[in-house]
Parts: sequence; C-alpha cells; structure tokens
Amino acid sequence: MSDETENKEMGTVTTIYHEFESWQVNRGEKTIHAKRMPGFFRTIKNYTQLGLWLPFFLGPYLRWNDKQAILFDIQNRQFHFFSVTVLPQDIWMLSLLLLMAAMTLFATTSVASRVWCGYFCFQTAWTDWFTWIEDKIEGNPAARRKLDDAPLSLDKIKKKGFKHAIWLLLSLLTGISFSVWFVDAPTYWSNLIHLDLPKVGWITLAMFFLGTYFLAGYMREQACFWLCPYARIQGVMGDSQTILPAYDEKRGEPRGKLRRAGETGAPQGDCIDCFQCVQVCPTGVDIRHGSQLGCITCGLCIDACDAIMDKIGKPRGLIRYASLDELAGKPTHKIYQHPRTLVYLTIILLAFSGIVYGLTHLGSMTLRVIPDRQPLFVTMSDGSIQNRYDFKVVNKTDKDLRVKVSAEGGVEGQVLLGGEGFPLTHHGRGTTFTIFVKAPGASVKQEVTPIEFKVEAVEDPSVFATYDSKFNGPKPR
Amino acid sequence: MSDKHDAGGVTTTGHVWDDDLADFANQPPKWWMLGLTTSAIWCVIYFAYYPAVPVSNLQSFFKGLGGWTAIGEMEADQNIVDEVRGKYENKLKDMTPAAILADSDLTEYVTRSGKVLFGDNCAACHGTNGVGAADKQGFIAPILRDDDWLYGGKIDDIYASITGGRQGVMVAHKDVLSAAEIDTLANAVAAGKPTSTPLFAEKGCTACHGPDGKGMAVMGSANLTDSVWRFDGSLEGIKFTIANGVNAGPGSRDAVMPNFTEAGKLSDSEMKKLAVYVYKFGGGQ
Repeated sequence: MSDETENKEMGTVTTIYHEFESWQVNRGEKTIHAKRMPGFFRTIKNYTQLGLWLPFFLGPYLRWNDKQAILFDIQNRQFHFFSVTVLPQDIWMLSLLLLMAAMTLFATTSVASRVWCGYFCFQTAWTDWFTWIEDKIEGNPAARRKLDDAPLSLDKIKKKGFKHAIWLLLSLLTGISFSVWFVDAPTYWSNLIHLDLPKVGWITLAMFFLGTYFLAGYMREQACFWLCPYARIQGVMGDSQTILPAYDEKRGEPRGKLRRAGETGAPQGDCIDCFQCVQVCPTGVDIRHGSQLGCITCGLCIDACDAIMDKIGKPRGLIRYASLDELAGKPTHKIYQHPRTLVYLTIILLAFSGIVYGLTHLGSMTLRVIPDRQPLFVTMSDGSIQNRYDFKVVNKTDKDLRVKVSAEGGVEGQVLLGGEGFPLTHHGRGTTFTIFVKAPGASVKQEVTPIEFKVEAVEDPSVFATYDSKFNGPKPR
Repeated sequence: MSDKHDAGGVTTTGHVWDDDLADFANQPPKWWMLGLTTSAIWCVIYFAYYPAVPVSNLQSFFKGLGGWTAIGEMEADQNIVDEVRGKYENKLKDMTPAAILADSDLTEYVTRSGKVLFGDNCAACHGTNGVGAADKQGFIAPILRDDDWLYGGKIDDIYASITGGRQGVMVAHKDVLSAAEIDTLANAVAAGKPTSTPLFAEKGCTACHGPDGKGMAVMGSANLTDSVWRFDGSLEGIKFTIANGVNAGPGSRDAVMPNFTEAGKLSDSEMKKLAVYVYKFGGGQ
C-alpha cells in the first residue's frame, strides 16, 4: 500500500496511528503469556532467583546468641548483624553500603548490561514465580490465552480461583517475610496469629501483601516499562563495549521462512522468522529490533534461538551476548580496557574498605565529652579551677556496664569528681553523666590545656573509649 | 487500520489549520477525571468537617462537624506530654530534694526541666547557667557554680533558700569607723587574711563573720578568707561594702533573694527541681 492511497483511505490523522504502530510498545493492553523453555540462561535464572528467595524467606529465622541473627530493629534504632550491632552513630557505614550497592549495579551494567533486571530483580523474580504457577495451573501460553477468552465456566472459575488463591498466599508470605526482617520473627508470628500487630505492622503487611499481588500478578513487565527508574537510566550506563543479548543482524537478515531441501529463492539469512524469541520473552519485546527499554536482558531469547538453530542445523549464537562493537565488526576490548568499569571498581573497593574498616573498628563503647561552655571554668573558694564535662557514653555491648573514668594530660594535681560511684552505662543506648575536673589554681599555667578522658568497663578493661578534650582556665596574670 | 485504533474514529474539534492539523475532541483521561471528582468530594468533606464557613452575624462561624479546634489539638498534645511526665511528677510530690538526688533517673529528669525553670526564674539575677550576672556592685546575686555558699551548699540549704528567700544583712560602718580603720580592714580582707588586723575582732566583725573570718552559714555572712567574692573584690569595692553595708538603706549593697513560696509563682515540685538543678551545678556539698 503506497503512502498516497493510504492517506486517501484513512485520512491524515489516522496515518499518524499507522506510523505509531512501528514504535508502539505494550502498555499493558495485552497480557504477555511467555512460553517457558529450558536452556542455559533459564538454569542460571532459576539459580539466581533461588538465591534471592531462600535468604529472603528463611533469613529472618536464623538465630545467633539467642537473638535474631539479622534484625533491622528500626523501632529501637539498631541493626543486628550476627554479633555486630550497628547503632545510629555508625550509620555512615550504611551510606557506604548504599554507595557500594549502587556502584556494583553500575559496574555490572557497564560490563554486561541489565544483569540485575534479568536475574536478580525482585520484580522479575516474583513475576517469574507467579507466571510459573500460572503455567502449571492454566497450561501453556496458548491454553492460557484460550482460557482468558473463554466465557465464564465452572472450569475457568476453578482454575482462576486456584491460581489467585496461590498468588494471594505467596503475597501474604512475602509480606510477612518482609516484616520479620524488622521485628523479632517468633514474636511477630505470635502477634500475627493473635491479630495483635501494631498499626504500622498491619500497614506494612497490607502494603507488601497487596503490592506483591498486584505487581507480580498484574503489573508484571509493565512495572519495568513504566514504574522502574532503573530501566530508564540504564541507557547511560552501557556503551558500545557493553555486552547484551543481541540479534546478529548481519547473519540473520534478510529473514525468511525455512525452506525445504531443494527449494530455491532469493539469498536468505539464518533467521527463519519463527518468533520463538518473542514468544519466550517475559516482557514481550522483539529482540531483533535491538536493545530497548523492555529488554531486561534475561537471555531467555538466546535459549530459544539456540534451540531452533540446533534443530535447523545452523550454528548457535544468532542471538547472543555481544557488544555493539562486536556486532558492527569493530575491534572489541577487554574489561580492563574499559575505563568506566575501572572507575566503578575503584569506588566499590573504596566503599568496601570503608565498611570493613568501620566494622572492625566499631568498638564496643564510644565516648563523647562535651566541656561546659558557660562558664568555661569556675573559680572555687580555695582558688582552685573547676571544669565541668558532660560525658556521653554509648555502650554497644549487650549488658549494662559500670565504668571507671580517668584522664591523661591536663593540669598537675587535678582531681576527677563525679565518677567515684562508677556510673552505670545502659547497653544499646546512650548514657550521660557529669564529671568535674578540679585543679589547684597555681598549677593552671595556660588558658587551654589538652586533656584526654578515658572510660573503661570496671569488669572488663578491654571495653573502653577515649576522647580528647580541653581543660579551661583563667588567663595567666 | 482505522478500526484498530479507536481514537482514529473520534471526531475533531472541527478547526483545521496548516492544511491538515486538527484537534481530537477526546475526553480527558479517565484517571484525570477520577482525580478531579475525588478532589471535589474531598473539598466538600473538608469544608463540612473543619470550621471553614463564617456565619452571617460575623460573631460566629460554622464549627464544623468534626468539632476540631486548634486549642483542642494543642491541649490533646499537652495531655500526651503531661502523661509522659506524670510518672515522674507523681513521684516528685512526696519526695524530699535529697531523695530525688539519690535517684539517678529522677535526677536526670529533674535537671532537664530545671534548666527551663532556672532560665525563667533565676537567670535574671544569677546569670545564665548560674555563672553570675555582673553589675556595678560585683554581682547582682551569688554565683551558683562554685562551692562557696553564704547559706550553706547542702541540698536542703539550697531548697530552703529557694522556698524561704534570703536577705543579706551588714551594717553600714561609715559612721562607726574612721576612714583609716576602714582602709586597714579593707586591706586585710583583700589579702584574704582578715584576722591579721586586731581591728577585725575589736570592731566586732567577728560577731557575724566569725572569729576566723570564714563566715557563718546561719546568718549568711560571707567567708572573707576565700577567693570568691560576692561583691566587688577590689580594694575600693571592699571599702565601699564596709562603709555602706548590705541592705542597710539607700546607697548600700543589695542582696535579696525573693521568697518563692510567698511569690506563689512556683509549685513545690518546681522548687525541688530547682534545688536539685542548682546543686548539680557542681558546688553542692
């Protein structure tokens, strides 16, 4: 149909819609029913997703020293990670952890495109899981489409009802499993069974229950298309050296139906236009259009194409992990010749060493000493000079400790007052107490004298902390 | 093609320009209409629930179905605060300041609220944080940070000073002593050795300041041997104090601590809090 006749038939406005056809993406008007095929990447995907589910569902039930091994106790403002307790004071490590996570994402994307999306993303994994259930209950994609179109019948209600029941159950389990990362798991279960959760607990559970059900059951690939910011920004992370599942156009085109032996015709590429790559795609894209927003680089189309190539006796790899450079016949580079990746790796290493430093230098006690500013010092009746200090001690061990206060440096003949009773420091939170340092007026030689304070646990001297401060006195006359 | 796209069948506004450009007469999107309707309903509910409409007589307004008031919200918040404080406040009522001091949890609570009370009621004379507020006579009121106490630095003494007030007394000596005698005494006091001159005992200073010049807490007389000065500690200042006295009529030094019980401004609990707060400044004995 020529453009001219088309215009005549449909009118100018409608031609715009015709044009639109070529770049239209699925906006959710049709449900993607992807075919499930075994293959190399399918196996990888199964394992990576298992590596996501097992820790997610079972992790909170690990116990360590009679406590939950990993507990993000937001209510009490502390994170437990086996024997390590991270308090808000050490939260800078969290920012390093986030930095490292972001850079790992960037680095893998720059090397092998959206590895996260294809193999690790919760949305992908849960959708894969939900569609697997759908596949088991309703049958293969063709059967599913038929069932969708079929009028309401007892059989349809049974199948759909069973599927949704399973989906809802899994969503509920997901919501519960998410929640127990933040509160003690056995307590949570007991509260849940007695319907005695706090309001925030119910809201969280409802959000993740419904969120899972709708995102994995209904939204599926539409979440990747329209909700996920990462899908949108990934374009700037890859370049022509990034490998991604790609269709080898040079080898495949011009595509055409497989010919019988002896049949002849115009020269033809290896692509037999069997649409297997489209049918297995969980987001319903045609990889032969090239890299695109909808492609989560899961590699399932590679599995499908390889299976077909095996059947028609052509070499595998018509669709394969390849860089744009490789497809264009340009020289390819090694990873270490990829400056972008090296920069990412450097940042990851820096962040990682920061975290390692942080975790090994957490200490079991921290001390902050705040000298009184008004007044800086007090002249006592015997002429001695007294400074007042507010001590803030954070005891990170798991029991309350009495501490001994001492000081080094400072003024000759100084006396520490206020710590005689060995102040009690509460575990897991800050304790404040006041310490006075009194020094004979004659030995105060300068306005500011450095002094180092130390607190140490009475029973266990290895638990201690120090802090540098100042001793203030009058201007020497 | 056209049957595949519903929008293709939509009529246009009829306005065509640049040969073939036209506007679809499409309905606004469903989600948008939904938002509009919801907002409109929300407005009606909001208007009905909260006081929003003045009534014609200008003296009043429609109170709203929810009965919400700003003062009511504030009171509800205040009740929450009071409830939290309640468990401490109830204990405080029946405790002596000394008993409060012995309880570290209560002491922490009391010093925190004491800081506010001190700022409101005491800092005007005693200075912020009790560091003393200087004026031409030395200090308006004693420094509370040091360990020198006119009336005693025990917790009960401090509490008594707050509840009962204090009034310093020193006779003016300008008509009793000669200028030379005042000069001699002032020099001895300035050196911190008042007893070094026989005049100290002869002229009766010992009656109030004690035979050793160290003062007597019972009557609030100053310790003349230490390094802390209630009034101007220079030679001139000491002479002035000896000559004109304390609270001895116009021109003398002023030293009055109000009686906070009589003033009725502070509750007993509040005075207890202040006593503990001041005690914890560091000079308490």
